[in-house]
Formats: sequence, C-alpha cells, structure tokens
Amino acid sequence: MHKHSRHLLRGIGLVCALALGSTACGGSGDGGSDHRAVSAADIRAALKKGGTITVWAWEPTLEQVAADFEKAHPGVTVELVNAGTGNEQYKALQNAMSARKGVPDVAQIEYYAMGQYALTKQLTDLGPFGAGKLSAGFSPGPWNGVKAGGSVYGLPMDSGPMALFYNKRVFDKYRIKVPTTWDEYVDAARALHRADPKAYITNDAGDAGFTTSLLWQAGSRPYKVDGTKVRIDFSDQGARTYTGTWQKLLDEKLLAPVNSWTDDWYKGLGDGTVATLATGAWMPANFASGVKDAAGDWRVAPLPQWTAGGRASAENGGSALALPELGGNEALAYAFVAYANAGEGVRTRVAGGAFPATTAQLNSEEFQDTGFPYFGGQQANKIFAESAANVADDWSYLPYQVYANSVFNDTVGKAYVSGTRLTDGLKSWQDASVEYGDEQGFTVEK
Amino acid sequence: MTTLQPRAAAEPRPASPRARGDRRSWTGWGFIGPFVAVFALVFLAPIAYSVHLSLYRTRLIGGTAFVGLDNYRQALRDDQFWAALGRVSLFLCVQVPIMLGIALLVALALDSGRLYGRNFFRVSIFLPYAVPAVVATLMWGFMYGTRFGLVGDLGDAFGVPLPDPLSPHLVLASIGNIVTWEFAGYNMLIFYSALRVVPHSLYEAARIDGAGQFRVITAIKLPAIRGALVIATVFSVIGSFQLFNEPSILQPLARNAITTDYTPNYYTYSLSFSGQQHNYSATVAIVMGLITMVIAYAVQLRGMRKGA
Amino acid sequence: MTGPVTTAPGRSATASSGSSGSMPRLRTPRRRHVPGRPRRSVLLTLLTGLVLLHSLLPLAWLTISATKSQQGLTRSFGLWFDHDFALWHNISETFTYHDGVFTRWLLNTLLYVVLGAGGATFLAVLGGYALATFDFPGRRAVFAVVIGAVAVPGTALAVPTFLMFSRMGLTNTPWAVVIPSLISPFGLYLMWVFATEAIPAELLEAARIDGAGETRAFFQVALPLLAPGIVTVLLFTTVATWNNYFLPLIMIKDPDWYPLTLGLNSWNAQAATAGGEAVFHLVVTGSLITIVPLIAAFLLLQKYWQSGLAAGSVKE
Repeated sequence: MHKHSRHLLRGIGLVCALALGSTACGGSGDGGSDHRAVSAADIRAALKKGGTITVWAWEPTLEQVAADFEKAHPGVTVELVNAGTGNEQYKALQNAMSARKGVPDVAQIEYYAMGQYALTKQLTDLGPFGAGKLSAGFSPGPWNGVKAGGSVYGLPMDSGPMALFYNKRVFDKYRIKVPTTWDEYVDAARALHRADPKAYITNDAGDAGFTTSLLWQAGSRPYKVDGTKVRIDFSDQGARTYTGTWQKLLDEKLLAPVNSWTDDWYKGLGDGTVATLATGAWMPANFASGVKDAAGDWRVAPLPQWTAGGRASAENGGSALALPELGGNEALAYAFVAYANAGEGVRTRVAGGAFPATTAQLNSEEFQDTGFPYFGGQQANKIFAESAANVADDWSYLPYQVYANSVFNDTVGKAYVSGTRLTDGLKSWQDASVEYGDEQGFTVEK
Repeated sequence: MTTLQPRAAAEPRPASPRARGDRRSWTGWGFIGPFVAVFALVFLAPIAYSVHLSLYRTRLIGGTAFVGLDNYRQALRDDQFWAALGRVSLFLCVQVPIMLGIALLVALALDSGRLYGRNFFRVSIFLPYAVPAVVATLMWGFMYGTRFGLVGDLGDAFGVPLPDPLSPHLVLASIGNIVTWEFAGYNMLIFYSALRVVPHSLYEAARIDGAGQFRVITAIKLPAIRGALVIATVFSVIGSFQLFNEPSILQPLARNAITTDYTPNYYTYSLSFSGQQHNYSATVAIVMGLITMVIAYAVQLRGMRKGA
Repeated sequence: MTGPVTTAPGRSATASSGSSGSMPRLRTPRRRHVPGRPRRSVLLTLLTGLVLLHSLLPLAWLTISATKSQQGLTRSFGLWFDHDFALWHNISETFTYHDGVFTRWLLNTLLYVVLGAGGATFLAVLGGYALATFDFPGRRAVFAVVIGAVAVPGTALAVPTFLMFSRMGLTNTPWAVVIPSLISPFGLYLMWVFATEAIPAELLEAARIDGAGETRAFFQVALPLLAPGIVTVLLFTTVATWNNYFLPLIMIKDPDWYPLTLGLNSWNAQAATAGGEAVFHLVVTGSLITIVPLIAAFLLLQKYWQSGLAAGSVKE
C-alpha cells in the first residue's frame, strides 16, 4: 500500500499542477503576436516536407477532400476524425485543450461557437497566414462568423443562408398559397391545421439556433460584444416583431411539438404532417437521404419576410475550419484548410452536396443552374445564393454562446410547454446568460 | 459503514481467525492490493482532485483563484441543485419501491412454484438487464413518440389522443418506467436466488403449524432474505441519486422537459461540459456524494436493525 | 418444479462436477416440494405475465423494427411488420456500412470485455478472497471506502479522470476504457460473500500445512471452489463493460476504438448532422445485434450464474 499511496499522491500532484498550469498558461501568447507572418513559400515548403495533420470534423464531404489533398501532396497524411457533431465535438476539444494534449491540428467549429475560442486565444490567428486577403471570396454572413476583434480565426467551410422548404403536395392539396411574409405564414398555418388537424405548418419545440436566426432576420441584435464587454438585450424592436408573430403560432398550437432530427421529425417531413421548414441551405442533402419517400413533394421558396416586400435573410448553422492554438504543424494545417475551404476542395464539397460559403461558387452559373431532382428539378441554388447575399453582416453571438444555447430550453423552452410567454422566456434566457457572463468575469451590461 | 459487510464476515465465526497464528498479517494486502491500487487510480485520485478543484474558481476571463469554501456555500443555496435533488428524491420514493416491489412479487411468484413456465418467466423478465442503457433508451424513446411512436399508434388505434409521455409532468414517470424495465428483472433475480437458499425445513415447520402462504411469506421468506433486500435497496438508492444515462439520452426528444439541471448528476455534467465550470461541478458532486452516502448508510442501518 | 436442475440435467451436471462436490451447501439448493407440491395458478401466471409483457414489449419492437428498411420504419405500425421484409439486407448493410466499421466496433467491444470484465473479475476474486479469508490492517475500511467512493456522481469525476488519463497518455487508447472497467464494487461484494461461504478455513489450513504458499493455496484450493461465483461476477462485469457508454464517450474520440454503444450512438447522431445520412434502420438492427450475444451468454450460462448468485445473496 505504501508504494501505491506514494504513487497515487504523485499522480494527484501531477494533475493538480496540470490543472492550475493549464488555466494559467492557457491565455498566454497575446493576440498571436508571437506568430511571424507565414509566407506562401513557407507553406509550399511544409507541403513538400510532408507530415501528418489531424482534423476533427463531422462534415461528411471532407472525406473526399482529404483523400484528394493527400493525392496532390504525397507525403502528407490527413487523419480525419469525426469526434462528434457540434456540441459533442466541442466538449472533446475543450477536454483536450484543458489537458493540453491530443488537440487536433484542425477543428471544425460552427460560427456561433467561434467567439469563445477566439476570445480565449485558443485558436491560431490566421492573419499572419494571409487569411485576411481572402475576405472578398466569402459571402458576408460566414465571413462575419470567423472574425473576432479584428482578427481572423478560421476559414468559412459552409454556410446556411435560410430559405423556406415547403411540401408543395400538401400546399396544393389544401390550396394554400406559399407565404411570403411571416403574417401570411401564420395564416397558412391556421388554414393547414384547420384542413388537417394532424398537419402542422412546421415543427418547433424550441431550438436556440433557429430562434437566434429568426431574430437575426427580424433585425434584432440581442448581443453586443466588445472584447470582454458584453451586452444582452432581448427587448429591441426586432425581438418584439419576432415574439409577436411566434407567440401566435404557440398560442394557437400551430407548431408540431416535435424535435428536429428525431425519427418523428423525419416521419413528419415524409408524410406531410410537417409542411414547411425554414432552415439553412445545407438541408437538401438531409432531405435526400432521410426523407426519400417524399422525393418530388418538396420545393424551396425565399424565406418569409417580416415586412412585405423585404429581402432580409439570416444564416442558420454553418461552420468554419480553424487551427487550435495547441495543435501543431500550422503551415501544413493551414494549407489543408485553404485547400478545403478556399481552393480545389470547395468544388469537391459542393459536388458532394455541401453548401459553399464562397462567392465564386455561389455566383457561378454552373452552381445556380443545378437542378435538384429531389425538388422536382427546381434550381434551388438561385434562391439560396440570393439569400446568402442578403444576410446582414452585423450580427454577433456571445463569446459563450455554446453555454447560452445549452440553457435555451431550460428557459425559453418553458414557452413551448407551458403558459410562459415567449417574451418572458427570452427574458429568463437573458438573465441566465447575464449571470453566467458575470460569473465568468465578463463585464455584462443588461 | 462496516455494517455493509456480509453477515458471515462481520461476525467473527468460531472457525476464524483463518490466517494462521498471526491474526493480523499483511498477507491479505497481496490479494486485495491490485483492486485497491486500480480503485485508487480511477476513483480516489479523481475524487481527491475534485476536492482540490472545489476550493478554486476558474473563469474564462481572469483565470484561477483560491476561493476556500465559497463553492460549497454557493452549492448550499443553489436552487437548481436542490430542485434536482428533490426530483431524484421523489424518483427514489416512488420508483424504487415500485421496482423492488415488482421484483419481489415476481421472485415470490417464481419461488412459490405456482407458475406455469417458470423458467421462461425468469429468463425473460431478466433479459432487459442485458440491454445497454443507450439501446434501452433509444427503444423507449422511439416508443414514447406520440405522433409516430407506439404511443401515437395506440392513440390512433383507440381514437383518443394519449398524453405525451415526454411532456414535463410525465417525463419523470417515463424515465422511471425505463429504469424499472431495466432493473426489475435484475433485482428479481437477486431476491429469487436468496429465496432459493432458504432452508426448506422452515416451510415444513410452518405448514405443520398451519400457516398459510401469506404467513409463510411474511414470517419466513421476507426475514430470510432481508440481507438481499437491504443491499438491493442500497444499490437502488445510489442508482437513483446518480440518475443520468436515461435522462441524458432521452433529452434530445424532450428538450424542454428534461432541463440541463434535471438530476444532480446531469447538473454536474452540464456545469462541467457546457459551462466549463469544473470547480463548481466538482463541488456539487462532492456534496451529492456525501448526501448519497448518508442516505445509503441510513437505509443500511435501518434495514439491518429492523427485526434483527 | 425444482428450479434449474430439472430443466437441463446435462448442464447442471457439469456445473456440480466442476466443483468436485466439496461444498454441497453452495450448489443450487435441491429443494423439492415433494410433499404437498403447490398447485399451479393460472391467475398468478397471468399477473406475472403482465410483468413479462412489459419486459418483452420493447424487445419485440426492436426485433420487428430490425426487419424494416429506413422507409419502412417511418411508414408502418411499430409492432407489426412492414410489407418490405429487410432484416437480412439490414444485417448485411450493418456489417458493410462505412467499410464494415461495425465489425471493428464489435471486436473492440470484445476486447474491452475480455480485458475489462476479465480483469475486473480477477481483481474482484482476489479482493473478495482476501476480505473473506485474511484479517489484515484496514480490512474493515476497504468496503466502506469503496461504497463511499461509488456514491460520488461519476459524471463530475469524468473531467478529472480525463485529465489524468490524458497526462498519462491513455486517452484514445483501449486502456482508457479498460482500466476504469477493472473496478466492480458489486463484484467485490459478491465475491466476498461467496468466498466466505465457499472456502472452508480448514481446507486452506490443510494446504498450508502441506507447505503450499499463499499463491498456490489460492490457485489450487480456493479458485476451483469459487468457480460458480466467478461466472456470476464475470457475467455482471461483462454486461457492465459491454454496455459501458459514458466513459468511452469522453475518453475515445477515434471511431476506430469505439465500442458498439458509442458507434451506434454516432450512427444515430448522423441523422442530426447537416449533410449526414439518416440510418435509423441500421441503428435499430445494430442495437439488436449488440444485445444478442449478451442474451445468448445469459441463456447459455444461466446454470452457473444462478448458483453463484444463490450463494452470493445475503442470508442468515
């Protein structure tokens, strides 16, 4: 036992030192100033030299990209690891960063989650690599998502400009007009549910990403972020517009209480009981694989507007590839990211069903003229591309949006399952977010 | 805690001391050492580390600071924590008696010899234990669906909408149903096995005294398996207080009903993984561990004393 | 009418011959209600049948669902078959999907079970034997500490454990799953009770007088006597390791080292990923394939574990 206990004590001492050390040194390296500029020549040299990079990503089309990249650069190995989708991967990434070990060289991070990593300097500033010069090549929403405090922390991989997917068969059957404004949307919801009590205009059981996207489109800017100064306010005009409309849908029970991505949801999309989806342009691939039975039923329309004749849009989802500060092999990692998100890889990924964030693709004739057999041959990309161009680029997420979103259903969720008003739900979400920000040392204004 | 020792070992028997002349020797450590070493590595070291963590506070902005017992003070007046504890206590008071009751009744039924197809019953009721919690919750999650799941199908068949098992006021019961399903057979088997070793002569004597079935159960069988009942209760208490797997896997289906602070264990998980509040998470875990220990110990003590 | 003994004489004979008959009171108790054998009751059978129905319903659902294609799952009644019977196709697709990664997960799980459950059983047997037959300093504290530690919620210990393991270079390796699996508090408890009952002190004494060292006394005298208990503990630790989910979720990020539970979960999550492919039919079929080996093991080995449990249950 003596031997064991000594061993044990040493182990404990080790992890304690480690824990203290990790937080103490975690914030070092101010503003990436310790990085010299990395020239194109450096990157070429790294590619020539070869090596292995680990990429944590769940985006399925990256598999082909990684294979192509390896083929183009013999000597380079890309270890593509699916460490979980979204939140699951962030948990793993956070764990690896705390341990300062096993951190990937490249990680896929959604736009809403970028802020936290950028603020705590856990991502490499890509400025010295010349990433800033690529800004013109990306559409405004995604590019806005990878910027923080004047630096660039990732290259946009895909984007989710929103559109309205609707089941044309159902709309035709009940002779309902495809809504162009959210008021018409509410009317359509009523008409549909009256015609078929089992059918709903859409499903919404409370989804932080969806709600923030609609707020974005409605012109609300609940989060103001300036370094560690944060302001959270869900009572601006845009938010009131949104809650006014959405409260009607909730009060009249016009929303299917089905969580997205579940078996029930796929069934609802297939059998017409969930008749529309307002979501990001990456959705077609999921339709094609998850809702095969309804092929030909669905069509795409522009996102309904808050004011008649408007053209506002917003992003829903979408992610970037970034270089964690604790990862290695930066030149090679950057070369891969640039290849995948701003180079040859983009075309490969679009062919694989991904929705690009690059203007060259979005505006190309080939892209816009692509017909989607699933949508009855419709050239849906035209609608998506236009949406992408209409996204306001002054939206920002909290630097701890991952946490905030995790308590969305604890707070706003109440409005979906009880008599709580949506406004009050948002208020308690605001309070929870403020409290967390305070605890974490942010300067929070309400 | 020593009362948790098996009877036979707790009460020195005439036959022991078993180890030769020297009653207390270190030889035993040679055998238990490996267990203790691994145990120290995977349980004690993380706990010790958690105790250490609970004295600090790390923030996204501002780094780490020693805060003494602040985290404990915070935990003691943390409504979320107490609400979660209240929830699992309710769960404990309702689900555990039901589960153990079913387990006991089935065990008695099997033991009575009055069932047709006893072996089939015994094995089938035990089977759910072999199903991983992930798969179990997936299955029940599919079945609980009111629109397209089994509940929905049955509602359609009878023409009445059935209440949603995943709604906030029913979801705890739905979780209880899953846990009961998973562990009733397991506990049944423990009780049944205990019943099997009750000396037959006792029944004979009771029968000669004219005791009926019910009397035999209350006067002979239940006291005889009290030890098994107590240990099953202790493990069920711990299990209830640590409820995590089932709510966390059902959560994507019932986001608004199963909040991130639904059970104490879920709360520590959310604190740690969504909020990066490792220090406070460790604190809550330690407080919860202490409460669990006290309750488990009380159950144990009371169970063993009763009628002893 | 007498429990396992009459149902499968062949197997139970093996069971008792394995232990060389030196501990009659530990074998499945041969309790025959010969005089006044109780009458069977239809009512009682029906009532117990309700519990049975509850137990089997989800399994029936799983089995039926495994015969359906992805489309069939969404269009047909849960407890009846779709017109398209796709079981064989589903099974072969489960094993071939993503270059047959399911087989890899199955083998990983087997590896974890062999090392984890095997090791856990071994440690529990050693520990239980020590607690039952030796009086050593700290003996009484051991189990108290074990129960106390088990009472601390594991989810909060996950991060500290992860940091330690990461430091030791164990994360993303099988060891990160195997080492924590090595501890089975219930197994230790069971072996303690079992060893207390199963090993007569005189026998060990005799072995020592014959000059056998402690190691030989354990392996040659004690171990055979402990066989039924070992099988029981092995089955319980196997279930625990086979079903292990939370710890691998944190420790293992490389899908090549996933156990089945994580793999199935990742397939399930695929439906919730932009551009991901919904494969609920494979999740269902994979789940069925995951539980079949365990159920088979339980059925095949029931004679052993039941006698082990019988002795392990606390009695007066």
